[in-house]
Amino acid sequence: MTGRAIARRHLLAGAGLGAFAAPAILRAQEEAIRIGEINSYTTQPAFLIPYRNAWILAQEQVNAAGGINGRRIETLFRDDAGRPEDAVRLAGELLRSERVHLLAGGFLSHVGLAVADFANQHRRLYVASEPLSDALVWSRGNRYTFRLRASTYMQSAMLVEEAAKLPARRWATVAPNYEYGQSAVRWFKELLQRARPDVRFVAEQFPALGRIDAGATVQALAAANPEAIFNVTFAADLTNFVRQGATRGLFERRQVVSLLTGEPEYLEPLGDEAPENWIVTGYPWEQIDTPEHSAFREAYQRRWNTNPYLGSVVGYETVNAIATMLRRVNGTETEAMVEAMRGLRFQSVFGPVEFRAIDHQSTMGAYVGRTVLRDGRGTMADWRYADGANYLPPDEVVRQLRPAAT
Amino acid sequence: MVPPVLEVEGLAKAFGGVQALAGVSLRVAAGEMLALIGPNGSGKSTCFNLINGQLRPDAGRVRLAGRDITGLPPRRAWRLGVGRTFQLTATFGSMTVRENVQVALLSHRRRLHGLWRPLPGQARDAAMALLARLGLEEQAERPCGILAYGDLKRVELAMALAHEPRLLLMDEPTAGMAPPERAALMALAAAIARERGIAVLFTEHDMDVVFGHADRVLVLERGRVIAEGAPAAVRADPRVREVYLGTGAVLGAG
Amino acid sequence: MAENLLLQALSGLASASSLFLVAAGLTVIFGVTRIVNFAHGSLYMLGAYLAWTLVTALPRGPLGFWGGVLGAALLVGLIGVLVEVLLLRRIYRAPELFQLLATFGVVLIVQDLALLVWGPQDLLGPRAPGLRGSVEILGLRFPLYDLFLIAVGPAVLGLLLLLFHRTRWGTLVRAATQDREMVGALGVNQRLLFTSVFFLGACLAGLGGALQLPRESVNLHMDLAIIVEAFVVVVVGGLGSLVGAFLAALLIGELHAFGILVFPRITLVLVFLVMAVVLVLRPHGLLGRPPEAPPAGAGGAEPPLRPAPPALRRLGAAALAAAVLLPPFADAYALSVLTEMAIFVLFAASLHFIMGPGGMASFGHAAYFGLGAYAAALLAKWAAAPMAAGLLLAPFAAGLFGLLFGWFCVRLSGVYAAMLTLAFAQIAWSVAFQWVEVTGGDNGILGVWPDAWAADPLAYYYLTLAFCLGATLLLRRVLHAPFGYALRAQRDSPLRAEALGVDAFQVRWLAFSLAALAAGIAGGFFAYAKGSVFPTALSIPRSVDALLMVLLGGVRTLSGPIVGAIAFTGLQEQLMRLVELWRLALGAVIVALVLFFPQGLAGAARAAYERRHGPAGA
Repeated sequence: MTGRAIARRHLLAGAGLGAFAAPAILRAQEEAIRIGEINSYTTQPAFLIPYRNAWILAQEQVNAAGGINGRRIETLFRDDAGRPEDAVRLAGELLRSERVHLLAGGFLSHVGLAVADFANQHRRLYVASEPLSDALVWSRGNRYTFRLRASTYMQSAMLVEEAAKLPARRWATVAPNYEYGQSAVRWFKELLQRARPDVRFVAEQFPALGRIDAGATVQALAAANPEAIFNVTFAADLTNFVRQGATRGLFERRQVVSLLTGEPEYLEPLGDEAPENWIVTGYPWEQIDTPEHSAFREAYQRRWNTNPYLGSVVGYETVNAIATMLRRVNGTETEAMVEAMRGLRFQSVFGPVEFRAIDHQSTMGAYVGRTVLRDGRGTMADWRYADGANYLPPDEVVRQLRPAAT
Repeated sequence: MVPPVLEVEGLAKAFGGVQALAGVSLRVAAGEMLALIGPNGSGKSTCFNLINGQLRPDAGRVRLAGRDITGLPPRRAWRLGVGRTFQLTATFGSMTVRENVQVALLSHRRRLHGLWRPLPGQARDAAMALLARLGLEEQAERPCGILAYGDLKRVELAMALAHEPRLLLMDEPTAGMAPPERAALMALAAAIARERGIAVLFTEHDMDVVFGHADRVLVLERGRVIAEGAPAAVRADPRVREVYLGTGAVLGAG
Repeated sequence: MAENLLLQALSGLASASSLFLVAAGLTVIFGVTRIVNFAHGSLYMLGAYLAWTLVTALPRGPLGFWGGVLGAALLVGLIGVLVEVLLLRRIYRAPELFQLLATFGVVLIVQDLALLVWGPQDLLGPRAPGLRGSVEILGLRFPLYDLFLIAVGPAVLGLLLLLFHRTRWGTLVRAATQDREMVGALGVNQRLLFTSVFFLGACLAGLGGALQLPRESVNLHMDLAIIVEAFVVVVVGGLGSLVGAFLAALLIGELHAFGILVFPRITLVLVFLVMAVVLVLRPHGLLGRPPEAPPAGAGGAEPPLRPAPPALRRLGAAALAAAVLLPPFADAYALSVLTEMAIFVLFAASLHFIMGPGGMASFGHAAYFGLGAYAAALLAKWAAAPMAAGLLLAPFAAGLFGLLFGWFCVRLSGVYAAMLTLAFAQIAWSVAFQWVEVTGGDNGILGVWPDAWAADPLAYYYLTLAFCLGATLLLRRVLHAPFGYALRAQRDSPLRAEALGVDAFQVRWLAFSLAALAAGIAGGFFAYAKGSVFPTALSIPRSVDALLMVLLGGVRTLSGPIVGAIAFTGLQEQLMRLVELWRLALGAVIVALVLFFPQGLAGAARAAYERRHGPAGA
């Protein structure tokens, strides 16, 4: 259990960093470029502790390489406890009291949307890292908000591509009962039926997020006797769903297509009970041996003595994107930063990425593959990198989806 | 003919098969003090709660000055002129003595829904006058929560008198008080009742109090009236003596 | 088809059993100590984590597994004893519900400690030896372990009933559940009784958590995920009634299992719908009895309202002067914090209005805050109305719902009433959450920013201060007016109030609606202060915040909610910003305040003042 002990130690180290180190940095770095980072650290630690670790790593690398045109970058981390109203207050604190030059972060969609709207109102740049909601760049997209992570739509589209190849015609869905789950199901249905008009959806389940009644949910799905299942549950809900489903034989002779399940955050806790042969999006961190990714993996392991999670990549690339943007801009003037973000290209550990000018969505993709068990733990096989650029709607559709902003 | 202030006819109530009250009738005239006595469980409290409206009778009528008030909730009965004190005092502990009386006065004047003018300045004189009549001026500013028991009993009486009731129901008004205090309280109640023409119906365990202050006495046993009349006659009644024999209650020698 | 329905029913039974185990401990503790133990979910979570640690550390096999599970339950029992002896025992005489504040402190502490000890990742325990697989029932597979769980519920119920009916200790517990005063009269060592009851309750919570090991992953969200549902079960069953809790768990488990077949999206709100229906029909739950009169003597009678003493008036005037004069020198962020404080002062004062003088606690007061916020935001979104219109509509919308929900809630008393307010709040919340077309669902309503004339943070602060402080002072005025006395009258002595012509229902109903209206004002200003509204504005944590503010300040003083709101908002703001483990810090501060100031901050200040100057006002 060394991994756990390490996580704990770093948490404490991080605590020290947040509480005591900030004032010292403040004094020493008058001309540093300051990033205000807001995230739900206390409510989503499983994703966000690796995220922040990688963020710190990336920042150290940028600064070690001489910073941005000679200026260091530094980050003020804030915990919003999963509450959008607190996130908005902290955004105000970071902008007005701490005078940060831009805002970043976000894990939960509604928190991300609140900060994005705040950034728009106050005309400051917000680089959203994780929140998956399509609304962030489409229906409620605005000039000042950019998003790194592949959205709900994109990841659903990646899976639809695989799902359409399956013979299954009777489908059931299970998704947590909130916007992310509902949108994922909606897109999946719409896109799959477009690709395969013969497909029918025979059942849907929407357990409450974090409170799935897995036995009843599995039984209800089984009763509809689908040929395939689209799963959107994650974290504890996923674990409980998998256990009940496996014991009750729900997954036998049925294809399962599942969002995010290939991410180590969610696969690792399942241990040797990880489901096999599910088609998933995820991150096979130990198998990606491109030079960029290998370098990242080694640096991360060296710095934090543990393996990277997907959260690590998201944190790392958010800093990477911001640094690349800053190198293009002379100074930290918001409008200049926004213009530089539009169409910004940079090299991520997954491959080249572009922040599309049309909707401020990055084209960072995800890995699509099958889950397998190896050495008593779950991982991905037959995977490929799905470039996000290929899973976005045509431009004219995007313009309709994004009515308000330019 | 002027109807009596309180007229009860054939009042009956059963609790789960136990007949607590089986057809009780009584009358109380203005200025008259009627004592309702009987051993424990004879139905006194039930009778009170039926007249007051806390319970609904199975049968029978309660009339207040000729008006049928059977089954009206206590607050409606109160509006029509029924005041009440409780066996265990019930006052508002988070208010001063004066405020307790002011609440009663303002409720009577239908001004208890006022949202603006502070209560302490309203009906202050009337409250002080009432407190003076009960010998409570000194206590006016003390919180009810810390008052001595005897004083609380008088506060209750003051509150019960605040709406100038036609009928006053007193449930064991002197329970828990020292004997000299009891006599003083009852003398006071009787004096006020006579001067204001209030009909008083009270229950009591202390026979000195009963025979010292009641104009008439009515004896209940197992939910029925077994004797009724002037104190001396009731005291002499052999059935009453039998009922009380062995209960430890002292009917007194004369 | 029939076999599917049978399995669905069995699945419901298994969930019911799990739920009952947790609820049983809660109802036993409440029955005897009258403590609303918010930390019960934390004990459940600790049971799961400790079981994981023990089971993975002990040798594999039945002995290691079951030994680990039972060991975890006993350890959690000991932790419960620790909490009772070190914390709760010291505050039994504090005003009703004050212990809730203390247990909330424990919740926060446990959350951070669990993160430190067990790390952020979910943990998966091994399956139960011998119960790994499934059995075939009518040709369908059903997990053996779930069958085992179905048996555990009734077994535990039976054992508890035996314990309560066949032992002297159990007789005492039952006596204490029915009449607290009697226990003292029986010459029972009350301390020992309470501690042992807490041990039993905590053990049951721990057992509940430990038995989930083979079914679910152990994670940091388990505490809050279970606690509300456990409370619902306890209240639906009737407080203190074990058999009631069992029936309620069955009812909820089965309704849930079948409900999702017909309405898959009902998962969010189902338990609250059940609770609302049960409480409206049966005000004391399925098998509960009418509660004895609230322990009026607890902590002594509340002192009368008096005009504020000179010292307090000077302090108030100074604070007001500071609130008006200093902000021009504050930076924009400080202004936003001050604005928030003004809003929460009104929010807390409105809750205090019904909870203190009215004697009606509410666990769902955020409903009216949130409805105010949504009214303002919806008007801005759908009618593009100016800010003033939204701010005006907010209190009316909230007040209207106050009238509607209040009509049901104020008929009930004590924790039942509080839980019914929670049920309505959750129903309102789930509407805001699920009616995506209108409310935007959990993605909320964005772009609710102040009009140009109030866009400057200083201008908006003054506007908020004027209305929120004004409304707070109005509420205070009402408490000094006859209506405020009528409100306290029906709380102090319902019997006497009724005998004086006071219609307690009307008074409570009106007070509830007024409080809702005031909370709506606060909510409207909150919406425009934040620029967006989300269902979190009417969620349970928001309601709990208001409760904490009132309790922290002191429920028995009029300044309590004001002091409590400022202290709580300020503390949380500072700690969240500066301390990584802010939950641990905030929890520790709350526990310390509870121990040192059992009358709340304002209550303690008054006590100190009275020691020096004699009785003071509020």
